[in-house]
Amino acid sequence: MKMNKPFPKKADYVIIGGGISGVSIAWNLAKKGAKNIVVIEQKFLSWGATGRCGAGIRQQWSSEANCILAKKSIEFFEKAQELLEYDGNVEFKQEGYLIVGSNEAEDKQFEDNVKLQNSLGIPSKKLTPQEAKEIVPHLNIEDVYSATFCPTDGHLNPFTTTDAYYKAALREGVDFFTYTKVTDILTKNNEITGVVTDKGTIETNHVINAAGGFAKEIGEMVGVDIPVYSQNREILVTEPIEKIQGPMVISFSKNIYCQQTPHGAFLMGRGDERPPGYSMESTHTFLDEMAKTVTSLLPPIGDLRVIRQWGGLYNMSPDHQPIISDSTLVKGFYMACGFSGHGFMLAPMTGLLLSEMILNEPPSLPVENLKLTRFDGKDIKEYEKSVV
Amino acid sequence: MNPKDVIICRCSDVTLQDLYDLFEQGYDTFEELKRVKRVGMGPCQANTCGKMVQWEIAKYYGKPLEEVEFHNMRPFTLGVKLKSIKEAADDEDE
Repeated sequence: MKMNKPFPKKADYVIIGGGISGVSIAWNLAKKGAKNIVVIEQKFLSWGATGRCGAGIRQQWSSEANCILAKKSIEFFEKAQELLEYDGNVEFKQEGYLIVGSNEAEDKQFEDNVKLQNSLGIPSKKLTPQEAKEIVPHLNIEDVYSATFCPTDGHLNPFTTTDAYYKAALREGVDFFTYTKVTDILTKNNEITGVVTDKGTIETNHVINAAGGFAKEIGEMVGVDIPVYSQNREILVTEPIEKIQGPMVISFSKNIYCQQTPHGAFLMGRGDERPPGYSMESTHTFLDEMAKTVTSLLPPIGDLRVIRQWGGLYNMSPDHQPIISDSTLVKGFYMACGFSGHGFMLAPMTGLLLSEMILNEPPSLPVENLKLTRFDGKDIKEYEKSVV
Repeated sequence: MNPKDVIICRCSDVTLQDLYDLFEQGYDTFEELKRVKRVGMGPCQANTCGKMVQWEIAKYYGKPLEEVEFHNMRPFTLGVKLKSIKEAADDEDE
C-alpha cells in the first residue's frame, strides 16, 4: 500500500497487525473519537490468518462467550457493507451452517449446544440425517448420526471485509504502514513508551497486539507471557461453478469444513494435528485426507478441480476462546489474540470491546472471561469443543 | 484502446481500467491486487495475466520491472479433480 505520509515519530495508539482484528480495532477506536492511530503490518493487509481463513461466520458454539461474541458480530456483519460504506463487496451470504455428527457422544454435545445457543437467542436447531439432507441434497448421510443447523450463519469475504474496515478507518484518519516489521517494544517502569520497527521508532503509550499467529512474540517483547501457540491449518479452493450448495457443511468428528462461496468456488479445510510453530506450508497428506473426506461426505464435489492450496496459523489459547484484554503487568499494553481459528468471524466485537477497554468506557458485554487474567494459576480443563 | 475493454485477467474478468482504479487508490503490490480484485486467482493461477499485471504495476508506479515483486505462486500448477486425488491416495494406501 502506497502511503503518502512520512513514518510517524509519535502516535497515541499503535496497533500491531493488519488483519481483521487490527483493522476492526483501528476503526472502532477512530469512530469513538480517538486520534493519532497507526496500524503496523509486516506484509500487506490480511496477509496472515485473516486472508488464509475459511471465510465462514457462525454462532453455533459450545461456550457461552463464543456464542455471544459470534451472535453480536453477525449482527454487525449483516449491516457491514452499509456501516463501513464500502465501495467494493464484502460478499455477505447468510445461508447457514450445517454441522453433521457421526456418533452418540457428538449427538449429546449437539443437544447441549443447541440448548445453550437457543437460550442466547441463536436460532439453531437439531436435525435428523434426513432433515439435513433436505437442506443439502448432495450430502451423503450414510455415516451421519445427527446434525444441527443455524440459518443465520454464513459467509463473508475475508479480503474485502478487511479492505472495507481499512478504507473506513482511513477515512476516519487512521494511518497504515504495511511491509513494516515490529522489532521491539519499549517500556519504562512497566509502562509502554514506544514501538521499534524496521522503518523507525514510534513514541507511544498504547500498543495493541493484534498480531495473530505472532501474538506470543509481541507479548515477549514487553515481558507479558501470553499462553498461546500457533499451529498450521491447511485449506484448499476449487474452480468456481454455478451455485449448488447454500450452507457451510462442517463436521468435528469427520474433521472437515466445506462451503461454496458466493463467487462459486468451494473452500474446504481440516485441522490435522501439527506441531506448534510458524510453518504455513502445504502438504500432500492434507490433500489426500481432504479429498477422501469430501468425496465421501459430499460426493459430487469430487468432480471439481483443486486450483490452489495453502496453510495459515491458528493461534490457540488454553480454552479455545479469544483473549481480548489489557495487561495487569504493563500499562498501555492490550491484546486481541488466541482466537483459536475464529478471529475473523468475531472481529466486530473484538474491535468494539477492545476500544471500550482502551478508552475506559463501560463494556458492551462482560469481558472478565475474555481477559488474560482468567488463566492465572489455573489448569484449564474446560474448553470450546466446536473447533475444526 | 479503451482500458475498460482490455481484459487483463480472463479467469476473474478484470480489466486494465480495474487495475488503474486500484492503483489510484494506492494498491501497489500484486498480492494486494489479488486480494481485493481476485486478479490472478482463477483456474489459470495467473499463468495468463501474471506478467501483464507485473508490467502494469511497473508502468504506473514508474519502477523497473525487476523491482515489482511477482505474486506468490502456490500449488497447484494445474487443476486436479478431488476424486482423482482420492483415487491416487487410495492406491497408495493399498
